[in-house]
Amino acid sequence: MSEITPEVVRHLAGLARIDVTDAEVDRFTEQLGLIVDSAATLKAAVAGDVPATSHPIPMKNVYREDVVLESLSQEAALSGSADSESGRFRVAAILDEE
Amino acid sequence: MNLVKLTAVEQLEGLRSGAFTSVELTQAHLDRIASVDGVVHAFLHVNASGALATAAEVDRKRAAGETLPALAGLPIAVKDNLTTIDEPTTAGSKILEGWVPPYDSTVVSKLRAEMMPILGKTNLDEFAMGSTTQFSAYGPTSNPWSLDRIPGGSGGGSAAAVGAYMAPLAIGSDTGGSIRYPAAMTGTVGTKPTYGAVSRYGLIALGSSLDQIGPVARNVQDAALLHDVIAGHDERDSTSLPEDLGSMVAAASNGSLAGVKVGVIKELSGSGFQAGISARFQESLELLKAAGAEIVEVSCPSFQYAIAAYYLILPAEASSNLAKFDSVRFGMRVTPEGNPTIERVMAATREAGFGPEVKRRIILGTYALSSGYYDDYYGSAQKVRTLIQRDFDAAFAKADVLVSPTAPTTAFKLGEKIEDPLAMYLNDIATIPANLAGIPGLSLPNGLADEDGLPSSIQLLAPARADQRLYSVGAVLEKAHENVWGKRMIDFAPEVKAGA
Amino acid sequence: MAKAELMNYEQALEKFEVVIGLEVHVELNTKTKMFCGCRNDFGDEPNTNVCPVCLGLPGALPVVNKRAVESAIKIGLAIGCDIAPNGRFARKNYFYPDLAKNFQTSQFDEPIAFEGGVEVEVPSGQVYKIDIERAHMEEDAGKLTHVGGNTGRIQGAEFSLVDYNRAGVPLIEIVTKPVYGAGAEAPELAAAYVRYIREVVKALDVSEARMERGNVRCDANVSLRLHGAEKLGTRTETKNVNSLRSIERAVRYEIQRQAHILANGGTIIQETRHWHEDKGTTSAGRPKSDADDYRYFPEPDLVPVAPSKELIEELRASLPEDPATRRKRLQEAWGFSDLEFRDVVNAGLMDPIEETVAAGASPQAARKWWSGEIARQANADGKDVSELNVTAAQVAELAALVEAGKINDRIGREVLAAVMNGEGNPGEIVSAKGLEVVSDDGALMAAIDEALAKQPDVLEKIREGKVQAAGAVIGAVMQAMKGQADAGRVRELIIERAAQ
Ligand SMILES: [Mg+2]
Ligand SMILES: [Zn+2]
Repeated sequence: MSEITPEVVRHLAGLARIDVTDAEVDRFTEQLGLIVDSAATLKAAVAGDVPATSHPIPMKNVYREDVVLESLSQEAALSGSADSESGRFRVAAILDEE
Repeated sequence: MNLVKLTAVEQLEGLRSGAFTSVELTQAHLDRIASVDGVVHAFLHVNASGALATAAEVDRKRAAGETLPALAGLPIAVKDNLTTIDEPTTAGSKILEGWVPPYDSTVVSKLRAEMMPILGKTNLDEFAMGSTTQFSAYGPTSNPWSLDRIPGGSGGGSAAAVGAYMAPLAIGSDTGGSIRYPAAMTGTVGTKPTYGAVSRYGLIALGSSLDQIGPVARNVQDAALLHDVIAGHDERDSTSLPEDLGSMVAAASNGSLAGVKVGVIKELSGSGFQAGISARFQESLELLKAAGAEIVEVSCPSFQYAIAAYYLILPAEASSNLAKFDSVRFGMRVTPEGNPTIERVMAATREAGFGPEVKRRIILGTYALSSGYYDDYYGSAQKVRTLIQRDFDAAFAKADVLVSPTAPTTAFKLGEKIEDPLAMYLNDIATIPANLAGIPGLSLPNGLADEDGLPSSIQLLAPARADQRLYSVGAVLEKAHENVWGKRMIDFAPEVKAGA
Repeated sequence: MAKAELMNYEQALEKFEVVIGLEVHVELNTKTKMFCGCRNDFGDEPNTNVCPVCLGLPGALPVVNKRAVESAIKIGLAIGCDIAPNGRFARKNYFYPDLAKNFQTSQFDEPIAFEGGVEVEVPSGQVYKIDIERAHMEEDAGKLTHVGGNTGRIQGAEFSLVDYNRAGVPLIEIVTKPVYGAGAEAPELAAAYVRYIREVVKALDVSEARMERGNVRCDANVSLRLHGAEKLGTRTETKNVNSLRSIERAVRYEIQRQAHILANGGTIIQETRHWHEDKGTTSAGRPKSDADDYRYFPEPDLVPVAPSKELIEELRASLPEDPATRRKRLQEAWGFSDLEFRDVVNAGLMDPIEETVAAGASPQAARKWWSGEIARQANADGKDVSELNVTAAQVAELAALVEAGKINDRIGREVLAAVMNGEGNPGEIVSAKGLEVVSDDGALMAAIDEALAKQPDVLEKIREGKVQAAGAVIGAVMQAMKGQADAGRVRELIIERAAQ
């Protein structure tokens, strides 16, 4: 039995900030269930002492000197935005408590 | 003379000798686009004026006797997930419709420095998520060999542009096979370099630890030309390799197979591979042997986990990479009815702006990273990566290069498998291990499958940083095939019917 | 919202043990941001110190600022931590419009510094050991301005505006282990600890360390448990506590608030609380929930930070003296008594006095002005002295004017008030207002004779040895001179007159 239920899909969609329709929830529940089930074999495959690889080509200590580089102009920075005002990006109000 | 049918090498010779100008060459490609792209749909945006301006500048400098970069005047197409300051960059997604980035990707900067006229931006599966180019929000691309079939993906646009003579060269990106698989479907050559060999700066990230930009061409030597232009260290990409991996053009010119051990990956042959593809693969092995190579068998038992691991790592990284598409700083904004909060605007925008495959993978990736599931899913997948690297290490201890068919089947019909993600994910079974391990791979066409007459390809793999081996072996094998066939692979392709 | 009921502080401590934990964010004073070359200066015109990286544009990639890493190591060493030989950055995923990528690049399970400790003295003279769990590198968020509704607050705002100049500014987050046993002194200890961290980062010259500008910010965790109980109580995390005074008040408030709830059979909700400077209260924010599933994973676009032993030792050798040593040295140099010095430290006056002495004032004069008028004003305004409109150089100038006899102490206080009122430097104010003391003996003598004419018996009394009788005349002369006279000189002149 898959761990993926419609509730799980809705919760994940919420975390990922995507509205989903009921039809999408049903479809994703089924499809993700299959994918997740097939992923279950991995846990057994790596039982024992296997280190994780997060970078395919190991490197370390890649730095930039603390030297100022050119920034974008304010106009260029705002050029892609749907809405801006007095040099700032404008967004709808934020639902939160102070 | 039909300029577009020349190889890139031949086009460069023509430019240098003065047989034709860059403006003539560029215009020939623009004309070709105008005549066939209506049915192929390889391009999302064509920048005729920009390309011609660059071409004119090259012609002017050449006439003035100025020194020019090696590929100056040679037109090129760029996958639409690389930022360009003068053209929209959509990544095949509605959420970026019309977005013109305020900066150029490093690779595009290099093309500009090389003075290559950029013809336009090519189609792809949305955010490069897919292997058919059907998941582009702007409609699918057709395979030039058979217009009702997929061109492969995600870089189907770049492969089809090159395969249908709309560009001599194109830029692709390969996260799980997105250069090599379309190359295999369209009878073209495509390379995924070693991870870090080409800067990712300005490539709209899919799976950051897997993504790599590479060349798409109609033959090995042409691919090498482009590879040398785009490779090299970039201070803007922390994962960019500091070392120079040598000239691919030189490697392709001096190929020899004497004493070279070629390893056949046991797990990537036989069952699951279309008979015609297996037959062509065996013939390629015979040609390699005849050219002096020693054929050995290698086993990579952990490859059986590669797809499952890939479809956790990729969605996990993608779910985070795609969080920035939130309507605030760029891209689409959908404001629901009433007096919505920013949270609702973000969720509605992402619902409307992302296609189903993107949503599916974001939700899957969110799951794989969730507390409580991380160790079992993302964590296990990263460990599988280690096993796959160990398999490659062992295999490369026995062989200089490894080979397999690039794809299990030839190009299938548009619309097939589209609602079956698991079946679709199998397309990349042979290409994914290289991305997980960071090693380079090249797909080379090796004839037509008997059952459907569609292109078949062989994949060459080399150890990390040994990209040159792909070109030296690839060039020899390509020559051997052409000797047998008496013509180039691309010459088998039927003429694209413009009115179809 | 109903005002929370509080338990009497002494009663609360009788019943409960207080456990605190402190998270301090320090903004580094690097020239550029953590992951890009934009200027680290967020007071500029909005969205002018931004680039594709810190705006989170598609395709952009981070590169770590070397100086920020060195600063982080220095801080780690200065608070007694071990430095990780191999640490990584991670992505902390959550959506918020001030977060350009919708993830914060931070460190999760591999912080650069861990397992340290510092000794902190509170006003009573008691010294507490505070264990440090970790110090890690991360980036700041942009700045949101809420428009409409009530006075720029998030609640009831019509919309918000975002400036990303601060996005990507390097931060070091220092996290303590739970601190037990401070009892009634827990609030003072919290403030003293943050003061200590400020002294450390200022001495290291890695931060401007100005709390009023948000260079140092503190989140205070508070929980209570019955004396003798083993299990830790549920904690709350109070945010926005941006002055030392507020830290003390906020911790005290939380102790009283939680004690009331627990004593009445209620339960504490694990939540974020916001400190309101004006009301001196905290209010509930977001409860900790699923929304806190940050889906951390190693940042694939960055490679590990692996400082060599040599680098660590080099940085260790470069560390300035620790705060305790510095305190000892300054007390000796200044010749302050233990009591005087402790008052100076607790009032946060060590730095300004040091600067004032460096600017030429005597230690006692510097102490007199800072702990007198200026501290009084700060107290009255509920601010730190650093937030007042007066600099060490101005105080030194004032002290010099008094020393030279140009003004007296009383005028000095008047001048200082004018300085804090933004009227200019002391010298300018003295000349502009004509406050310089009258040092013309002729003018003073005229005033003395005028006063003596009204009190003719005074001279006789002085001659009889009752010198204190001069007081009445001095008072009258000072009044006549509007205070702008040196009372000592007036006294001398009266006695001279009596001797004639
Ligand atoms: Mg933090
Ligand atoms: Zn920046």
